[in-house]
Amino acid sequence: MTEKSDLPQGTLDLLILKVVALGPVHGYAIAQRLQQVSRDVVQVQQGSLYPALHRLENRGLLEADWRESETGREARFYSLTRRGRAQLEAEAASWERLTQAVGLILGLSEPLVPGGAE
Amino acid sequence: MSWWQRLWRRKQMDEQLERELRFHLDRHAGELIARGVDPAEARRQARLAIGGPEQVKEECRDARGTRWLEDLVQDVRYSIRTLRKNPGFAVVAILTLALGIGANTAIFQLLDTVRLRTLPVQNPQELRQVNIDKANGRTGSFTSRYPALTNAIWEQIRDKQNGFSGTFAWSPWPFNIAESGEVRNVEGIWVSGDFFNVLGVPPLIGRVFTSADDTPGCAATSAVISYAFWQQEYGGQSDVLGKQLHVNHHAFDIVGVTPPSFYGVEVGRTYQIALPICAEPVVEGQDSGLSRRAFWWLTAVGRLKPGWTDEQAAAQLRAVSPAIFDASVPPEFDAEGAAHFRGYKLGVFPGATGNSELRENYQDPLTLLLGLAGLVLLIACGNLANLLLARASARGQEMAVRLAIGASRGRLVRQLLAESLLLAVAGAALAVLIARWLATFLVSFLSTQQNPLFVDLATDWRMLAFTGGLAILTCVLIGLTPALRATRVAPGTALKTAGRGMTADRERFGLRKLLVVSQVALSLVLVTGALLFARSLAKVMTQDAGFVQDKILVADIDYTRANIPAARQLSFQLDLLQQLRSIPGVVEAATTSIVPITGSSWNQNVLYSPQAKDSPGGTHINEVSDGFFRTMGIRLVEGRDFGRSDSVGGPHVAIVNQIFAKKFFAGKNPVGQRFSLQAMDATKNVSIEIVGLVSDTKYDDMHSANPPLVYLPLTQDEHLSSDVTFMVRSSVPLDAIRPAIGEKVRYLNPDLRLSVLRTVVQESLLSDRLMAMLSGFFGVLAALLASTGLYGVISYTVEGRRNEFGIRVALGAQPRDIVTIVMREAGVLLAFGILAGAALALAGSQEAQSLLYGLKAYDPLTLLAAVVVLALIAALASCVPAMRASRTDPAAALREE
Repeated sequence: MTEKSDLPQGTLDLLILKVVALGPVHGYAIAQRLQQVSRDVVQVQQGSLYPALHRLENRGLLEADWRESETGREARFYSLTRRGRAQLEAEAASWERLTQAVGLILGLSEPLVPGGAE
Repeated sequence: MSWWQRLWRRKQMDEQLERELRFHLDRHAGELIARGVDPAEARRQARLAIGGPEQVKEECRDARGTRWLEDLVQDVRYSIRTLRKNPGFAVVAILTLALGIGANTAIFQLLDTVRLRTLPVQNPQELRQVNIDKANGRTGSFTSRYPALTNAIWEQIRDKQNGFSGTFAWSPWPFNIAESGEVRNVEGIWVSGDFFNVLGVPPLIGRVFTSADDTPGCAATSAVISYAFWQQEYGGQSDVLGKQLHVNHHAFDIVGVTPPSFYGVEVGRTYQIALPICAEPVVEGQDSGLSRRAFWWLTAVGRLKPGWTDEQAAAQLRAVSPAIFDASVPPEFDAEGAAHFRGYKLGVFPGATGNSELRENYQDPLTLLLGLAGLVLLIACGNLANLLLARASARGQEMAVRLAIGASRGRLVRQLLAESLLLAVAGAALAVLIARWLATFLVSFLSTQQNPLFVDLATDWRMLAFTGGLAILTCVLIGLTPALRATRVAPGTALKTAGRGMTADRERFGLRKLLVVSQVALSLVLVTGALLFARSLAKVMTQDAGFVQDKILVADIDYTRANIPAARQLSFQLDLLQQLRSIPGVVEAATTSIVPITGSSWNQNVLYSPQAKDSPGGTHINEVSDGFFRTMGIRLVEGRDFGRSDSVGGPHVAIVNQIFAKKFFAGKNPVGQRFSLQAMDATKNVSIEIVGLVSDTKYDDMHSANPPLVYLPLTQDEHLSSDVTFMVRSSVPLDAIRPAIGEKVRYLNPDLRLSVLRTVVQESLLSDRLMAMLSGFFGVLAALLASTGLYGVISYTVEGRRNEFGIRVALGAQPRDIVTIVMREAGVLLAFGILAGAALALAGSQEAQSLLYGLKAYDPLTLLAAVVVLALIAALASCVPAMRASRTDPAAALREE
C-alpha cells in the first residue's frame, strides 16, 4: 500500500472542476475518478466531497440535475457552467505556475543568483 | 436556483441531498459486495468512508450559504410556537409594545409634518423668507397670522432685490363666501402675481395667476381654488372653470384649480381660495389696508438664484434696505417713528418649511410629549425584558443541555432574540395602525371651528424609519440581556443545580431588580408630569378671569351692505344695541372692540400729559359701550359707567382697571385724574379724564397676568366701521336667543357670526388640555406598567423563596411575619426607584416649565403626591404575592425539595 498524503488546501475544488469538465458526472463517480487518476496517492475524504460540490454549485461554478446513471438508477449529475470553466482555466494556470516555481526551487543544486538561474 | 428558491424549497433540497448520499453509499457498498465483502460489512465500510451521513448533510446545508436565513426562519417558527403556547403573554407583550411604539410614532408623525417636512412645491430648499431683521418697535395695525410686511415694503422688495430668481408675497385671510346671512368663512390667501410661478405649482386644470393678474388697481375678477375646495364645493366637475364664487359679496371667476398635493405655504392649514393682492381693496372696501403704509399683513418669500448663497442675498438686501424703507415710510409717523422705521434692515430666513402657527404653538408641547412617550416605551420594554428574563431562567436547564451537546452560544442567543424580534415586529405593525388613529385624533382634537387644522398625515420614509428603528431598539432592549443571561450558564453548574436552593440566587436577581427600580423611577417621572399638567390645566381653567364666561354670546355683525353713512354709524350701533337688549331672555348687552381671550389685542403707550416726552410704559385698551361691565360681570369700584353724554367733541373720558391705577397712579383713586395715550402722530395726543375704576380682568390670554387696561367709550369714536361686536348676556340657554338675534338684524342683510364666549375661552386652552390629557394617559400607563413589573418580580422572588418561607413557617413564623419580609423587600425596591425617579423628575422638570401655568415644575407638593400615588399602587401590587407567600404550607414546600 502506497503512503497517502492529504490534499493541499483548496486543491479539492480544482480537482473536482477538472473531473467534471470531462463531462456530466455524479458524486460517486467523481470520488472514484479522483482516486484513480491520483493513483491512490491522494486521499479524498469522501465526507468533504459533497459539501465541496454544494459549495461550488452555490457559487455558480457547477450545475446539477437528476439523470439516469449507468446502473439505471437516478443520480445527481454535475456539469460545468461557463463560469466554472473559466474558473477551472484560471485555477489550473495558477496551479501550473505554482508547481513550476516550487519544482524550480526544489530542483536547485546551487544558491540562487539574481539573473543567473541555470 | 436563486437563494430564496433554495430557502423556500428547503424540504425538497433536503430530500434530494438524502437521495444523493444514499446513491453514493449504495454504489460503494455494491462494489464492495461485488468484490466479495459481506453485505453488512460492506455497508459499514461505505458509511465509514464517507464519515457519518448526518454530518455530511449538515456541512452541505452550510455550504449552501443561506444557512443564517434558514436558521432565522426556523427560529421564527420556533418562536411562534413558543408564543402560541403562552398566548396571554404574547397578547399582553404585543399590545404593550404596540401602544408604546404607536404613541411615539403618532407624536413623531405630527412633529415630522409640522417641523421637518418641506412644502409640497418645486425645490422647496431654495425658498427663503424675506423679513425685517430684528423688527422690534413696529407700530401700526397688524392683521393676518403672519404680519411681517406692509404692501409698500413688499413692492419695494420685489423691485429692488437681486438675489432671488423670483419673489412673491402672500397673506392668509378669512374669505366669507356666503352670499347672504350667517358668515361662512373659508381659508383664503391673498397672493402676488408670481406666487404660483415662483413656487413651481402648475395648474391641475385651467390656469394659475401670472404677474398680469396682479396689477395696481386691477379689476381683478379671477380666483384660483384648491383641489380640496374644488372637490368639496363643485364635486370635482370640470365645468368649474368660469363659474363664479363670491368673496365678501364680490363675484370672482374661477380660472384654475391647483394639484391635490398643494395646500398652500402654511403647514397646518389648507388654502381654499387664492385671490390676487390687487383685489384686496375690492373685497375689503373701506377696511382695505393695501394702500395703508402702517398696515402689516404680508409675508414675502423668494427663490434663491442658482449659485447665490444666503449671505450674498442678505448682503444685497441690506444694501438696498435704506432705499426700500425710505420709500415706504408711513406718512402719519412723526419724525421719531419715521427715523426708527428707516433704520430697519431686511434679512434672509429659512423658507423651505413655510409658515406655521401650528409649529409655533405645538412644537414644544409635542417635543416634550415625544419624550414622555419614549419613557413609557422604555418602561414597557423593562416589563417585557423582565418577563423574558424570568422565562430565560426557567429555561436555564434546556440551554445548559443544548450547550453541552454542542450548540454554539451565538446560535442560542440568535434563537432567543428571534422571539423578541417577533414581538417587536408584531408590536410595530400594530403600532402603525394605532399611530394613524392617534395622530388623526390629535389633529381633530387641536382643530377648532375658528382654527380648522389641516395636516397631511401621509406616511413617509421618516416615519417608517422611526417606527422600524423603534422596533429594532425594543427588540434589543427586551431580548438581548435575557438571551445573554440564559446562555451564560456553565452547563455543568446548571445541570447540577437542577433542584431549587434554599433561597433565590442573589446575583441573577440583581438585574431584574435593577429593571424594576428603573421602571419605578421612570414612572415616577411620568406620574409627576401628569400631575403637573393636570394641576396646571386646573389652575388655568378655574382661575378667576375677572369676568363672567357663562351664558355670554359673542355676536359679530357686519352690516356693510346696509350702507350706513359714516355720520350715522354711532346712532345706528346704539340703536342696534337697544334692539338686542329688548330680546326676551337677554339680561344685558354691550359693544366691544376686543373679545377677551381671542388673542386680539390693542395697546398703546401711556403719557402723563399730551406734552410728556417719556412714557412710563404701555397699557392694553378696549373700546366699549355702556353696559359692558354689567354684561361681563366686571365690578365698578369707583366713579361711573360711560353714558350718552360722553360724546364726540366732549371731554375725552376713560375707565381704567385697578392694575392701571396701581401702575400709573400709585394705587390711589384715579377717578378725576388725567393721562394721555401716545398716538403715532404726537399732535394727536389728547388729554383723557378717568371717570371710573373697575376690577381687573384677563385680556387676550388666560395664561397672562391681568394687565393694565383702559376702556374708551364707543360714543367718542369718530371712525366707526360697519362691523361691530356685541357681548350679549342671557338668562336663558344661549341657543334660545340665537334665532332672535338673527331675526332682529335680518333687515340689514348683515354678515352675522355668533360664538359662545365659554367656547372661545376653552379653545384658547387647547395646548394645556393636550398636555394634561396625553401626559395623564402616559402617567396612568406608566404606573400600571411599573406596578405589574413590581408584581412580577415580587411574585418571582416569593416563588424562589418558598423553601425558606416553608422553614420559617415550620419554625413558627406567623403569616404577618412573612408578609413583612416580602413587603420590606418590595419597599426597598420602591424606595430606590422613588429616590432615583425624584432626582430624574427634578432634573427634567425645566423642560416642562414653559408649558406650565401658575406652578413651578419642581413643585414639591406635586412630587409628593406622585410619590404617594405610586407607592400606593406599588404596595397593592406587591401585597398579592406577599399574601400568597404567607399562606405557604411548610410541608408542601419542603417536600418539593
